[in-house]
Amino acid sequence: MQTVGLAQQVIEARGIATASITLLADVTRRIRPPRALAVPYPLGFPLGEPNDPGLQTTVLHALLALLARDDVPVLEPFHGPAASF
Amino acid sequence: MGGRGQFRIPNSQFRILQCYPPPVAEPRELSLALRAFLAAYRWHRIDPVPCASLRRPLGDCRVALVSSAGLVAPGDEPFDDGVRGGDWSFRLIPADADLAALEEHHRSDSFSHAGIEADRNLALPLHRLHELAAEGAIGAVAPRHISLMGSITAPGRLRRETLPAVADLLAADGVDVALMVPV
Repeated sequence: MQTVGLAQQVIEARGIATASITLLADVTRRIRPPRALAVPYPLGFPLGEPNDPGLQTTVLHALLALLARDDVPVLEPFHGPAASF
Repeated sequence: MGGRGQFRIPNSQFRILQCYPPPVAEPRELSLALRAFLAAYRWHRIDPVPCASLRRPLGDCRVALVSSAGLVAPGDEPFDDGVRGGDWSFRLIPADADLAALEEHHRSDSFSHAGIEADRNLALPLHRLHELAAEGAIGAVAPRHISLMGSITAPGRLRRETLPAVADLLAADGVDVALMVPV
């Protein structure tokens, strides 16, 4: 979570809007990247179950929706299905 | 007093402990060692938090992915597990990469690699991004995407060298939005 958070810091400062997925919301809360979406999945499964394109697209839509937010840092939960795998 | 028996938990209390749900803030899959690391590590705190507002509607934006899963295109140099503090280098993944052929070189054993092994879209959702562009939810898929290997505990050179180079590259590609996928 820290590696992509630091990437957000540098890329966002260059004028490119960023949003990240996080699997460890408590850690991300301490790092404070501009926009992050907390998903309810285990480490290693940032977009949920493998070979579930519908869920992956839903996560990406939620991530894209965060880009409209300028009240950074933003840390929002993803309201999708819990891990069942 | 003083015997080993004093440390035993009575059976009745043990049953209560077994039934008690685990705290929600500590996912069940995290090992004790990883939890200890997460609690003790001095995380870098971003301050001030930069904010780049969208310059145009999403449907007109060029979008790039940044993954920290350690993915490498065939023929590219693998990430180096032996670098103390973590390999701070990056690799490029072209937009038309054969996802299934990407090799995963992440050094960490603190997560299951089975998901990414089964479906690279979990860590680099390029197929999904192409679909979003085709349906007009985003303007275009960037020509190049960024692969890092996370679990970098000493991120000095990552911040000084790698990330400015990555930002330059994305800017040169006309990228409007970068989506980050850690593992």
